[in-house]
Amino acid sequence: MSELRGIYTLWFREVKKFLREKTRLLNAFCQPLLWLFIFGTGMRFTAGIPGINYQEFIFPGLVCQAMLFTAMFMGISVIWDREFGFLKEILVSPISRSSIFFGKMLGASTDVMLQGIIIFPFAFLIGAHMDFVIFLEALPIMLLITFGLVCIGLTFASLLKSFEGFGLIQTFINLPMFFLSGALFPLTNVPQWLQWVSYANPLTYGVDALRTVMMGGIWTPLFPIYVSIAVLLAFDVIMFTIGTYAFSRTE
Amino acid sequence: MPPIIETCNLTRRFGSNTAVDYISLSIEKGEVFGLLGPNGAGKTTLLSMLCTILKPTSGTATVNCYDIIRQNHQVRQSIGIVFQDPSIDADMTGLENLQMHADLYDVPFSEVDARIKTVLELVQLEDRAKDFLHTYSGGMRRRLEIARGLLHYPKVLFLDEPTIGLDPQSREHMWDHIRMLKKREDMTIILTTHYMEEADRLCDRVAIIDQGKIVALDQPSALKNGLGGDTIILGTKDGQVLCDLLLNKKVSDNVQVHNGEVRAMVANANVLLPRIMEHASTAGIYIEYIYLNHPDMNDVFIHYTGKELRHEQARGQLGKMAMMRRRRVR
Repeated sequence: MSELRGIYTLWFREVKKFLREKTRLLNAFCQPLLWLFIFGTGMRFTAGIPGINYQEFIFPGLVCQAMLFTAMFMGISVIWDREFGFLKEILVSPISRSSIFFGKMLGASTDVMLQGIIIFPFAFLIGAHMDFVIFLEALPIMLLITFGLVCIGLTFASLLKSFEGFGLIQTFINLPMFFLSGALFPLTNVPQWLQWVSYANPLTYGVDALRTVMMGGIWTPLFPIYVSIAVLLAFDVIMFTIGTYAFSRTE
Repeated sequence: MPPIIETCNLTRRFGSNTAVDYISLSIEKGEVFGLLGPNGAGKTTLLSMLCTILKPTSGTATVNCYDIIRQNHQVRQSIGIVFQDPSIDADMTGLENLQMHADLYDVPFSEVDARIKTVLELVQLEDRAKDFLHTYSGGMRRRLEIARGLLHYPKVLFLDEPTIGLDPQSREHMWDHIRMLKKREDMTIILTTHYMEEADRLCDRVAIIDQGKIVALDQPSALKNGLGGDTIILGTKDGQVLCDLLLNKKVSDNVQVHNGEVRAMVANANVLLPRIMEHASTAGIYIEYIYLNHPDMNDVFIHYTGKELRHEQARGQLGKMAMMRRRRVR
């Protein structure tokens, strides 16, 4: 009971802080607009994919991108807590380490989900096929993507002692995961090596599953949806285990 | 009654550096106990082990009769801590920080509001509770941290450098709070400090720690008396005559003439000074001036560690650190 209450209060803190950051919310709302309307329009008329509206094609990719970047950022926010001392207050409380990790993860995941959902109304602006059923189908897939990504962020935060490493994570985790996920271009026509590297990226399965749900018949999935979901589930379990272990070892 | 805190050969090493070196001590319930020592003496390391956030290299300790390693959950329930560095969430209000703490420590729901009200009144922050912490001054934040530490009714309150970076006025206030807490809540308070005055005026007993070891442990008055008492300095033209007279009359067995001044070491200057004046006037010796030197904790510290506490230098540095920290928090 007391552990649940601790988890709840940690979750509540994350969400409250996220909703209070008005500038971040504004940024979260505007950045996808740039991608969709400038990058998307440019690509559509110069390097378009025959038979597919390019903007509709990158839309699920942009949802994943927003979630990926937020997840890393929120996970890393543990470093901030450490830097400003608040982490000590949590660590010295009677709540167990795994509950602290779980509460943090749930809180950050809620933020990431909100971030992803904010983008959905843009689907109408680009004329993509979107209704309430599609939205409901997309949610569980987004949740599976979110958990694993947040755990990656939290794991790095447990390992890094200062904020200086954040740039490296940006360059060596965020951007490669984004570019290699098939979010911006289809993985069917790329060289073999690029395809293989992309298949090793869990986000690829997330993007593919989201496209399958959102684009319906226009899109030929890379993998059957149950394979994608199985891969995402495995990714979550593995990252959750690693994350809990890394976090329980922090002093 | 068993001691509320007992350590047995508690040791912590960081690589080749021994921060806490076989410390054994026991602290009674209801004491205000001071750990005094220069920066890096091992005070915070000792505290961190008692708070269960740092594992000892060897040795054991109990807090509120719970073992700090095997029963760390119960230990955490029994203690409140105010860390040396700020540990509040500056992006939340005072009230939110307290509510979060109540949840983390599972304070009964029915009591949360009343308790928050009480602790806020205690530190006189009730009218600022709904403000964000980044609008608080350093002293107010410190007070809020103390209020937070009390919220779950700890048996033992650890205060790590509670007045660091505070101005003299806020420091006085903080001391008043701590005295009041001791009286009202019947709590055991353990504080670390490198301010001699703080240890002297606030603590029932003081342990002087140097290089990870306890070099002295007693009541502040006993520590000071242990140095052999006061020094009386008398200015007179007949220095040697007065010196011989005082030795003859057995006022003190340690009297010296130094630069035309007579220095007498005595157990209690307040009692012996009238006697000295009497002897001098009977012998017709004119005394131009007098001053008294009572030993303070600084003398005690120098006596036991053989070095001056790096007080001024440390204060300057810490002031700077506190400022930087405050700026970063903003």
